[in-house]
Amino acid sequence: MAGIRGYWNLAAAAIAFRLLLLLCFPKDLHLGSRPEVATPLTSLRRRMKHNLLAEGYWLKQASMSPYSGSMYHGSPLLLSFLGQLTIRRVEGRPPHFYCSLMFVVVDFITAVLIRATGQKLLLSRHKSFQVLNLSKLVEASGIVNPGDFASLVYLWNPLTIVTCMGSSTSPIDNLMVVMAIYGACSRIAPLAAFGWVFATHLSLYPIILIVPVILLLGYGLDAPPSKLFLHKTSDASSSCALNQSPDNSEAPKLTDNAIHTFSWVQVLHFVLWVFIWLCFVLLLSSISLKDVGGLSEMFRKTYGFILTVEDLSPNIGVLWYFFAEVFDFFRNFFLIVFHVNILFMILPLAIRLKHRSCFLAFVYIAISSMLKSYPSVGDSALYLGLLALFCNELADMHFSFFLFCGYIGVSLLSPVMHNLWIWRGTGNANFYFATGLAYACLQTVLVVESVSSMLKHDRMLRKLVKA
Amino acid sequence: MEIDATWKDLTHALSGLFCASINFLESSTSYFAPSWAFRSNVSNLRYGALPREAVCTENLTPWLKLLPCRDKAGLASLLDRPSIYKGYYHSQRLQLTSTKSTGMVLKQTLTVVLKPDVQRNSAHSSLDNSIQPSWSVSSMFKKNVTGLCVPAKTSRIFFELETNMVVELEKLGYGDSWSNSIFDLSPNPVRVFKESNPLPGRSNSIIYEYINYSEHEPLDLGMKWKLPFIWSCSQSPFHASRFLMGSGNERGSIAISLQSTESNKEFLAKSHGCTVQVLIFQVVPWYVKVYYHTLQVFIDGKPQSASDVIEKIQVSPSEDKLFPGTLELMLRYPCSVQSVALTLDFDKGFLHIDEYPPDANQGFDIPSALVTFPNFHSSRSYVEDNLSINSPLLLKFQEKNVVRSYTEALLVPLTTPDFSMPYNVITFTCTVLALYFGSLLNVLRRRVGEEERLLNSKGNTTRIRLIPLLLSKFSSKLKGRTDGTPKSSSLLGSKFLFILVVVLAVLWHYIAN
Repeated sequence: MAGIRGYWNLAAAAIAFRLLLLLCFPKDLHLGSRPEVATPLTSLRRRMKHNLLAEGYWLKQASMSPYSGSMYHGSPLLLSFLGQLTIRRVEGRPPHFYCSLMFVVVDFITAVLIRATGQKLLLSRHKSFQVLNLSKLVEASGIVNPGDFASLVYLWNPLTIVTCMGSSTSPIDNLMVVMAIYGACSRIAPLAAFGWVFATHLSLYPIILIVPVILLLGYGLDAPPSKLFLHKTSDASSSCALNQSPDNSEAPKLTDNAIHTFSWVQVLHFVLWVFIWLCFVLLLSSISLKDVGGLSEMFRKTYGFILTVEDLSPNIGVLWYFFAEVFDFFRNFFLIVFHVNILFMILPLAIRLKHRSCFLAFVYIAISSMLKSYPSVGDSALYLGLLALFCNELADMHFSFFLFCGYIGVSLLSPVMHNLWIWRGTGNANFYFATGLAYACLQTVLVVESVSSMLKHDRMLRKLVKA
Repeated sequence: MEIDATWKDLTHALSGLFCASINFLESSTSYFAPSWAFRSNVSNLRYGALPREAVCTENLTPWLKLLPCRDKAGLASLLDRPSIYKGYYHSQRLQLTSTKSTGMVLKQTLTVVLKPDVQRNSAHSSLDNSIQPSWSVSSMFKKNVTGLCVPAKTSRIFFELETNMVVELEKLGYGDSWSNSIFDLSPNPVRVFKESNPLPGRSNSIIYEYINYSEHEPLDLGMKWKLPFIWSCSQSPFHASRFLMGSGNERGSIAISLQSTESNKEFLAKSHGCTVQVLIFQVVPWYVKVYYHTLQVFIDGKPQSASDVIEKIQVSPSEDKLFPGTLELMLRYPCSVQSVALTLDFDKGFLHIDEYPPDANQGFDIPSALVTFPNFHSSRSYVEDNLSINSPLLLKFQEKNVVRSYTEALLVPLTTPDFSMPYNVITFTCTVLALYFGSLLNVLRRRVGEEERLLNSKGNTTRIRLIPLLLSKFSSKLKGRTDGTPKSSSLLGSKFLFILVVVLAVLWHYIAN
């Protein structure tokens, strides 16, 4: 299927735009200081002159635990990897020049991986439609190459650009998640395991992606529900019995291949590689922290910090204000409520969408980025890019224009309300929290509507097959 | 050590004893053990500060009650509260030592800086503007010193002429007379102590002692100025001050500045090629999150590399809600430097609504920083030996006391959440959560057949007859029959019912009014 014309030109233009922002604005655009971009987990910087990662690095150099100041809550591997880069200064260039260059490269790799995933999805879609004899009907309407479209959406999304320039570590998190999804889609178990382990290590929430990754490795890529294939097989076998035409000799072979059986080999391979990478990560972390606290402190300060919502600085989510106002008596209860809301949806969604595991991964990412402890726009950049991978199936999604306007509105209003509250002192915390609530409602509508339209698409296919 | 275990008891005991809020120091977020900033026993020292608390007469009265005669007899009867609290500065100190040889010794020190009232005397109108105000004990404290405290072994008053004042007097040719053309000191002192072996370039300070007084001869020590006389007071070599920089409620900077003073210039004039050592100790509460890697040093306005100036640094970063962050710095730089400045960036934290003090919009206080100059001491030695001096105060002056300077306490305004909103916030957030939970589960629950049935029913029925529909529904329920399409009809039925109710309500409103 021909891709979008001029794809590489557009991709190169996106990279060039980022480099332009990086080079031509020697004074920081203060993006790194925006709470929507930089959370206590991901913040590389909070101001032009200093940053959380540099603080962790400085404490480590001073033979203290990097977690001791309650400043740095990320992975020690990131500290070793990015620490050197953050302190190196180049004359005449904005600070964190090397870091930002690296994030541009990381964004590009993510976009390329998304494109590859999209192409695999498109191939699988064509194959399943051929088996179901639907290709003629569906090709009548225009199909966009999902890979090209999604990677361009990811590169040109203003939220992604802001995250990249704002020097938060979200691009690395996004890369790991996309790597896990791509590895699972292409059935490369080591790559999927690497992506999943590192994504979980950096921020805890991608742990729920184990379900779609295993389903992808086991069942294969997104396809119409297997009931339709069984239907086709029964039709084929009945027609085979009726007339012994040589045409139908091919059909049973195709249907046999098309029926999705769960391949345990791939999954076991994946589990093995997960153990290998897990040991690798834990070993590296313990070496990095061996003088200063060890692994237990790392778990308490990173995962404990994420799960207990210790830091109440404003961000684009709703948890900060909630936990600033909730009574202490109910604090643990509501912590459990928020996290269970993510966990509870794993099972129903997996049951309903197990034949579309890539879409399932997107839904999980969207839900976790809405309900996680410290959300930022980097998370929404990721799921908006992944949403575009399913543009063909979600073509008639309701409320799409409302969501588009809503995202633009929230992106514009949220910094304004923050400024009014913190810098001018004329506004209130409620102003900023209101934009956070509106953003949460938008994300809810997005998730619910995308799931609903994907299920409608499956029903439409079912009707077409039966007809 | 059991220090931390018994700390709570100590703070509560002190709080009860002095009617002060020292019990706020009991939690580990308020006190800390400095390592080397105080140059004393390392592990035994605990340092805590309450910058928001004001010292007032309720603290002085119980403090005075520890004296054997309280404030009824002896020198303590001078302490007229309004006069003391009208002054510029007052400080109470309590030192309790317990040794085997001497038993328990309690030392109490009260330091007050008072300004005498300016008296207008029309006879000397031309000189009045520049002459210092004359003062006496009775004019400042509204009473005279009468009587001794009976259990007291000795009770004395000392009057000191400072070093610099003596230097100026000697320039004018008046050595150590207490009555000359500049001032008159009355009554005459009993003994005179002169400093021996003063530091190079400095003159002796003189102390006059007054001892004999009784009820029949109240002592009214006073000084009357006749001519204008100016002398400089001895200062620490560098004037330390601290202030906040930045705007907005998100971040800021703390700056400590050291300005060279006259004393330093004098010192510099006498010795060349010297270096000054400065020890800075600062405690910052945990909600002011300091970035220690942004520490910058400026000498005479120019930024320096930190390792050039900072000889030793010890940082103990704060832990959220557990303990404060401390910074102990030793700087070393040449004496000829005019000004030194240190800046440190910080982020302001966000607290839970319970953690804000009653007046939250005033802000939070950062306790004073302590600046010590280890090379400068104030100590004197007197010609007479200790036995004949027989005064703990003068013995204390003879100890080597390092010069210490306290900076200002800083007021940091933090953003406040809306304190009136806990219920509203919880209900709004839980509503959004419920919307998400409910609608997602609803979408997942819908079965294939239901969608088609809904579409079919929408296509087939052109007109809904509400009453027969409701009746049929009721009858089917009574008979226990399961209805084929309950949902679509009930949906449309309920819509019509709702519209009916609204119309009736509007009609009622208009008819009734």
